[in-house]
Amino acid sequence: MIDPTRATASSLLAEQEAGRVTAEEICRAYLERIERLDGQVKAFLRVDADAALAAARAVDRRRRAGERVGALAGIPVAIKDNLCTRGELTTCGSRMLANYRPPFEATVIGKLRAADAILIGKTNLDEFAMGSSTENSAFGASRNPWDLERTPGGSSGGSAAAVAADLAPLAVGSDTGGSIRQPAALCGIVGLKPTYGRVSRYGLVAFASSLDQIGPFGHDVRDTALLLGVIAGRDAADATSVDEPVPDYLARLDEAPEGLRLGLVREFFGEGLDAEVEAAVREAVRVYESAGAVVKDVSLPHSRYGIPAYYIVAPAECSSNLARYDGTIFGHRAENYEPRTAEEESIPPLIRMMMASRSEGFGSEVKRRIMLGTFALSAGYADQYYNQALKVRRLIRNDFDAAFREVDVLVGPTSPTPAFRFGEKASDPLAMYLSDIYTVTTNLAGIAGISIPCGLTRAQLPIGLQLLAPAFAEERLLRTARVFERATDWHQRRPNLAS
Amino acid sequence: MDYTLIIGLEIHVQLQTESKMFSASGTDFGLPPNTQTDPVSLGLPGTLPVMNRRAFELALKTAVALNAEIAPFTKWDRKNYYYPDLPKNYQISQYDLPFSRGGWLEVPPRKDGTGGGRCRLVRVHLEEDTGKLIHGNGGWSEVDLNRAGIPLLEIVTEPDLRSAQDARACLEELRLTLRYLGVSDCEMQEGSLRCDANVNIHIEREGKTIATPIVEIKNLNSFRSVERAIEYEGQRQYRAWLADGLTIKDAPKQTRGWDDEEGVTKPQREKETAADYRYFPEPDLVPVVVDAAWLERVRGSIGELPRARRERFEREHQLSAYDAGVLVEQGKEVADYYEAVGEALLARDGSAPGEVRKLAANWVTQDVLRIAKERKLEIGQFPVAAEVLAELLHRVRTRQVNTNQGREILSKLVEGEGTLEAIIAAGGYGMVTDRGALAKTIEEILAANPKALEDLKNGKKKPEAVKGWLRGQVMKATGGKADAVLVGELLEARLASEPGGSG
Repeated sequence: MIDPTRATASSLLAEQEAGRVTAEEICRAYLERIERLDGQVKAFLRVDADAALAAARAVDRRRRAGERVGALAGIPVAIKDNLCTRGELTTCGSRMLANYRPPFEATVIGKLRAADAILIGKTNLDEFAMGSSTENSAFGASRNPWDLERTPGGSSGGSAAAVAADLAPLAVGSDTGGSIRQPAALCGIVGLKPTYGRVSRYGLVAFASSLDQIGPFGHDVRDTALLLGVIAGRDAADATSVDEPVPDYLARLDEAPEGLRLGLVREFFGEGLDAEVEAAVREAVRVYESAGAVVKDVSLPHSRYGIPAYYIVAPAECSSNLARYDGTIFGHRAENYEPRTAEEESIPPLIRMMMASRSEGFGSEVKRRIMLGTFALSAGYADQYYNQALKVRRLIRNDFDAAFREVDVLVGPTSPTPAFRFGEKASDPLAMYLSDIYTVTTNLAGIAGISIPCGLTRAQLPIGLQLLAPAFAEERLLRTARVFERATDWHQRRPNLAS
Repeated sequence: MDYTLIIGLEIHVQLQTESKMFSASGTDFGLPPNTQTDPVSLGLPGTLPVMNRRAFELALKTAVALNAEIAPFTKWDRKNYYYPDLPKNYQISQYDLPFSRGGWLEVPPRKDGTGGGRCRLVRVHLEEDTGKLIHGNGGWSEVDLNRAGIPLLEIVTEPDLRSAQDARACLEELRLTLRYLGVSDCEMQEGSLRCDANVNIHIEREGKTIATPIVEIKNLNSFRSVERAIEYEGQRQYRAWLADGLTIKDAPKQTRGWDDEEGVTKPQREKETAADYRYFPEPDLVPVVVDAAWLERVRGSIGELPRARRERFEREHQLSAYDAGVLVEQGKEVADYYEAVGEALLARDGSAPGEVRKLAANWVTQDVLRIAKERKLEIGQFPVAAEVLAELLHRVRTRQVNTNQGREILSKLVEGEGTLEAIIAAGGYGMVTDRGALAKTIEEILAANPKALEDLKNGKKKPEAVKGWLRGQVMKATGGKADAVLVGELLEARLASEPGGSG
C-alpha cells in the first residue's frame, strides 16, 4: 500500500478506485499524521476524528456496494475556519465567535459533502481573515512547515500549512487580498483565487464582500483544478455568484494553451522585491519561453495605488460587515460593562454592553481595520477616501483589461519575500500590508489568480510564482500553470518535518 | 390665528409578500416573537441577502401608480447605524439611486368641496424593515425580529399639504390607492402603514412670511392622531413663536412625539450623535435593471385607481359625489359589488340606467354595508351574491315587493333562510296593488278612527302627520304588503277633499 500522506488527491482517487486503499485507511493515515505533527505546525483549530472516520467508512460502504461516489470520494479536505459548518464551531480565529455554531452550512461545504469529500478539520487563520501571517488568530499562530520559526503566511495560513505538511491533501481557503496565494507561495504549494463570482460566498463569514472569494489549495495544479471543479458554480443564495458554466478543468489540463502569450508585469519587479524571489521568478519565465510561450513586458500603471485603494475598500466593507458583532444576538457578550469612568456613566447600558463586548471580542488588527473603514466612509471623508478608492479600483480594472488585450496570462512573483519570522512584521502593520502588494490588485479587479511553487531560497524556503488570467479564464490559468509544473519538480518538494 | 400649516409626510408601507425582502422567512403579523426569522433575517455571520423580485415588482407597481419616474438602473446601499432592532447593524436601503423619483398623489377635496389638490412626492424607495423593541420589566428590553427584513416602501412627500385635514386625507387616499393596487394591507394599528409628519407654520406679518422651526412628529398611530397632532403642533408652534420668536433659521429640525391621551406633542430625546449613516453600495447585491418591457408589464397590471373610479361613477353612473365617494372609499370589493349589482339589474331592464345605478348604490351603501358592519363581514364574505341582490332589487323596482319587504327579504337571505324564491313564497311577500281594495281599507280606517279627520279639520295636526299615521295603519291592515306609492297617492287624493287636508 502507498503512504496516503505522500500522495496527491488525484492518485488517492485512482488507488481507491483500484481497490488498493480505502477511504478509512486514507483518513486514518492523515489523522495519525495530524496527531503526530500538528502539535508543531498548529495548522488545525479543530479535528473531528470520529466524524471524519464515520464519513470515510460511509464512502467505503457505498463504493463496495457499487454505488456511485462523488468527485472527491474519500479525500480529506481541510477547511478554513471562516466557512460555516452546521452545528460545528466556526470561530473565524476570533474570540468574538469562540463559541459560535452556525445553524446552517456554507454552500461550498455542502458541495464538498455532496462530492463525498471527508471534512477532516477546521484550520487556523488571521482573525476574520485579516492578516498575512496567522499571527492575528486569537488562538495562536500556525507555523510554516518549512521552518517552524516562520509564519505560513495568511490569512489562510492554517489551510496552506496543512497541505504543505501533508496533514491533508486538499484544503479550502478564502482570498480577499491574497489570503490564498500568499500562504500557498510561502508554504510551497498551489493556491488559486477564482474570479469574483465563480464560487458561492454563502456561508463564508464576510470580511470584505466585494473582494472575498473562496478557493482551493493542493500540492499540484491537477489537485487544485479538481477541487475548484467541485466548489465552483452559480448559487441562488449568493446574488453575486455568476451564472457561467463550469468547464471540466481536468479534461484538457495537460494541453498547453495554444500560442501562449505571457505578460511580465513591470510593476511587480520594483523596490522591496527579494533578490532570490526575483531570480526564481525570472528563471520561471525562461522555463515558459523554453516551452514555446511568447513573453512580453506589460505595464499595470495603477498598481502602485493598489495597496492604498485596497486598504480603504476592504476596511470600509469590514467596518460594516463586522458591525453585527455587538453581543446582542450572537457572539461574545461582555459580562461586565459597568461604567469605569465618570464619562461612561452617561452612556446607556446597552451601548456600554456593545462597546465592552467589541473591545473584548476583537483583536487589535480587526479593530484597526474597523476604525480605518469607519473613517473612510464618514461624512466629509468619504469623497476623499472611499469614493476615491472606487475610482482607483476602476482604473486598476482598466489596466488589466488593457493588458489582457496584449497577452493571455500575466506573470510575476506572488509575494515580495519568502516566509518571514514571527514578530518580524507583526508590530508594523504597513510592512505586513506590503506582503500583499502583488496580490491585492487581482481582488480589486475581480479576476483569477494562482500561485504555484517555483523555487526554494538558499535557506530552503519556498518561492511562489503568480499567474493571473481574465475573469472566468480559470481553465486557461490552470493549463498555463501546468505547463510550468510539467517542466519542473518544485511541486514535488516537501519540507522535512521531524516527528 | 393667521398662519398656514406647511406639512410634508414621510410614510413607510410594508409590502404584502409571502417572504421577506432578502430572505425566505415568512411575513405574517402577530406570531410569537422571533418565530418569523431565518439565518439571513437574523444577520448571522456568513449569510447573504437575495432580493425578493416580487417585492421589487410591488414597489414598482406602487411608484408607477403614483406617477413617479422609474429609474432604469437602481442599486442597494447600506445604511450603517447601531441599534438592537437592526440585526446586522446596517439596513439595506437605497441612497443615491432610488428606483423612483417624483410623482404625485391627488388628494380628494373635503365633503364641502374645500381643500385637497395635488401632493407631490420627492421619491419612493425600497428597504428592509427593522425589528421591534419591547421595553419590558426590570429595565430590560426584548427584541422581536419577526418584522426585521419585511419589504418596506418609503414614500416622502414634498411639503405640499396645507391643513391637518388634508394631511389625513392624503394618507387615507394613499392607503386606498395601495389597497386598490393590492400591494399592502396598510393597517396603521399593525404597523404596516406608518407615518411621520414634518410640520411648521408660515406666519404673515407686515407683508413678510415668517417660517417657524421644522418639527418631525413621530408616534402617529392612527389617521385621527395624524390630524390631531398636526393641528395641535401648528397651534403650539404659533404660541412658541409668540413667546420666543424663533424662526426656521434659529433652530435645527426637532423631533417630537405625539401623546394621544394627553393630546399634545412632546420633545423626544434626539439620537446620541448626529446621524452619519456612512452609506455605501451594498456589495452583497447586484443592481436592478428595469427595462421597458418589465415596466410595461407592471403598468398593465395596475388597473383602475380610486380617483378614476370615483370620477367614472359620477360621470357615467350619474351618482352623487357623496355616493361615489362612499362606494370607492369602502375598498375595491365594495365598489366591485355595487357595479355587479347595477350591471345585473340593467341586464334585466336597461331603461333609466341612472335610476338603476342610484337604486343599487342606495342598497349597497345603506343596507349591505350596514349588515356587513353589524356582522363584521368583509364584502367578499357577504352571503348574498350581487346577482341575487339584483334580482331582489328588480322586484322592488317592478313593484312586485315594496322596499320594506325587500329589506326583510334581504335579512332572511343573509340569515340563510332559503333562496329568494323560497323566501318570497314562504313569507307571502307580494304587494297589494288593487286600487279599489286599498281605497276600501282607507275608508274603513277613517270610519274606525274619526278623530283623525277631526284633528285635521281643527288644525290640531298637520296633514303630513295625519297622512303618515294613516299610511302606517294601511300597512298594518295589509300586513305590510300595500304598495306604498299607491297608498300615498290615494291618501293624497282622499285628504285633499277634507277640510284642512290640502297643503
